[in-house]
Amino acid sequence: MNTGGWSRFNIASVTLGFAFLYLPILLLVIYSFNASRLVTVWGGFSTQWYAALLQNQGLLDAAWVTLQVALVSATVATVLGTLAALALTRYTRFRGRILFSGMVFAPLVMPEVITGLSLLLLFVAIGLDRGMLTVTLAHITFAMCFVAVVVQSRLLTFDRSLEEAAMDLGATPVKTFFAITLPVIAPAIISGWMLAFTLSLDDLVIASFTSGPGATTLPMKIYSQVRLGVTPEINAICTILIAIVATGVIIASLVNKRREVQRLRDEQAAGRA
Amino acid sequence: MALQSLNSIRRGFEPWNDPAARPYIHFDRVTKKFGDFAAVNDLSLTIFEREFFALLGASGCGKSTLLRMLAGFEEPTSGRILLDGQDLRGVPPYRRPVNMMFQSYALFPHMTVEKNIAFGLKQDGMPAADIAARVAEMLRLVKLEEFAKRKPHQLSGGQRQRVALARSVAKRPKVLLLDEPLGALDKKLREETQFELMDLQQDLGLTFLVVTHDQEEAMTMADRIAILDKGEVMQVATPPEIYEAPGSRFVADFVGSVNLFQGQVTRRDAGRAEIAGPGLVIHTANPGDAEQGKTVHYAIRPEKIRLSSFPPENARANAAQGEIYDIAYLGDVTIYNVKLDSGQIVKSTVINSQRSADDPLTWGDRAWIAFQPDSGVVLTR
Repeated sequence: MNTGGWSRFNIASVTLGFAFLYLPILLLVIYSFNASRLVTVWGGFSTQWYAALLQNQGLLDAAWVTLQVALVSATVATVLGTLAALALTRYTRFRGRILFSGMVFAPLVMPEVITGLSLLLLFVAIGLDRGMLTVTLAHITFAMCFVAVVVQSRLLTFDRSLEEAAMDLGATPVKTFFAITLPVIAPAIISGWMLAFTLSLDDLVIASFTSGPGATTLPMKIYSQVRLGVTPEINAICTILIAIVATGVIIASLVNKRREVQRLRDEQAAGRA
Repeated sequence: MALQSLNSIRRGFEPWNDPAARPYIHFDRVTKKFGDFAAVNDLSLTIFEREFFALLGASGCGKSTLLRMLAGFEEPTSGRILLDGQDLRGVPPYRRPVNMMFQSYALFPHMTVEKNIAFGLKQDGMPAADIAARVAEMLRLVKLEEFAKRKPHQLSGGQRQRVALARSVAKRPKVLLLDEPLGALDKKLREETQFELMDLQQDLGLTFLVVTHDQEEAMTMADRIAILDKGEVMQVATPPEIYEAPGSRFVADFVGSVNLFQGQVTRRDAGRAEIAGPGLVIHTANPGDAEQGKTVHYAIRPEKIRLSSFPPENARANAAQGEIYDIAYLGDVTIYNVKLDSGQIVKSTVINSQRSADDPLTWGDRAWIAFQPDSGVVLTR
């Protein structure tokens, strides 16, 4: 029996799977290079819509807002998420730990509409004017959970004797954290940041609820324009977004992969010992 | 003590017999509880400067907890730990003049060998030039000069073990704590490294406190061994004493293999006793604290039991007849299990260079066991 190889069934399922996932995206990318103004009619290759994008001040503003929100929220979410992960893995006996861990991870499964709506209610209740600040805060809130999950899974396999060794050699707990713990879990923190960044970049629902005038994010802008009809310009901006997100995801998974390989190598080396 | 000849393996080094010697490490009635479970139970122990001391016991006997309390990772529930006269209570691990070599080595994966060794020295604020010199010295000591720039994952297990060792002695601690230092090495490497560790301890003049479950390792390396069980010290003695004069049945059984005969003390003179067991009368020159009429155990090592197809000259005492029940050939020695007529199975080890060709005992043969009055000890506990 053919087990690991390229059987016809395997080839078919991989092809179908990829087609299902990427055919729509591929179509969008192709039509972004369409010379014709009609979205569904191919009129030859052209990059004119990318050039036109640079003239579209509305879209450029939205892109700039999105980038700022994503950078700030990803960074803050990474710090908070890492702290939450540390609290969850290290202080295993504090009261209400299970409640806390449940609550940290709840937003992962919470419908975005609910998260968005409840944040909106909060901002209104405390009288915070909606704008870039509120979008950023909202993104921090939900991205933090993802970071916490990624960092926590790394911390669970972290050898605590490394920290004990550092303290045994004279490093204070603070010094130990920055000299040993942080560098060792850095790959997980970086991929957590990447994840938070792309999540913020993509988000439409929560941003629509929590944003205000003058703080329109790119997904919001695209969505509102699409309601007036899909233009090749939209295809172009989406293609750029896909490129950015894909790059982020690929880098994050490469970092993860390298860490895996490293660990595998370490284990093999230890096995030889 | 009847066994005066069983002294230290290092000639002349026996501060524990010197009433004027000052204890260097002193566990003073230390108890450590985790919840209701007492990992260490009202334990007192004294260790001297420059001693190579081993804590030997099965897993869960409290030996690692003891080590971690000295390192400062755990605080005793009650009792004191004194190091060189200083009470260590409340002193955090990073301020204690002891260093530990971890069972997992705990090498910092993101630092080179060099940086790993320098880590502790940097924490002390040592000048860079001094650090470099000390690191070079340590690398020379563990013969890893060519590997200074490697990361831990690029080293073999034996090399990692040596880096861990170099890192833990680099600061010249008052005491080096070793947690199963050779546990991760294969048998051959372990035997070599045992001697390297002993040499290193001699050269540096440090006090070593090693935790191990491997009795051979403890016997080879240590000046003295403490046998622990359920958080309590069963016996503290030199390796020969532990082996030849175990203080209790637990110790006798734990270290090496042993034959135990149960019997009643029928006569007790100064330095001698007679014990009557089923099918066997024992005359011993090591009566311990046996009392007339008491039921005691007589412990004797398999290699002290002679095996023969002929009765010994004086078969009235220290001899019994039985049948060869099992034979295990181990290369250097052969182990015979003899089923005595009393039903007890007795182990006898015969060195193969001494196995006489004209007396080939085999399965089912009738045979005599015999031993000398000073070959075993009487145990009352």
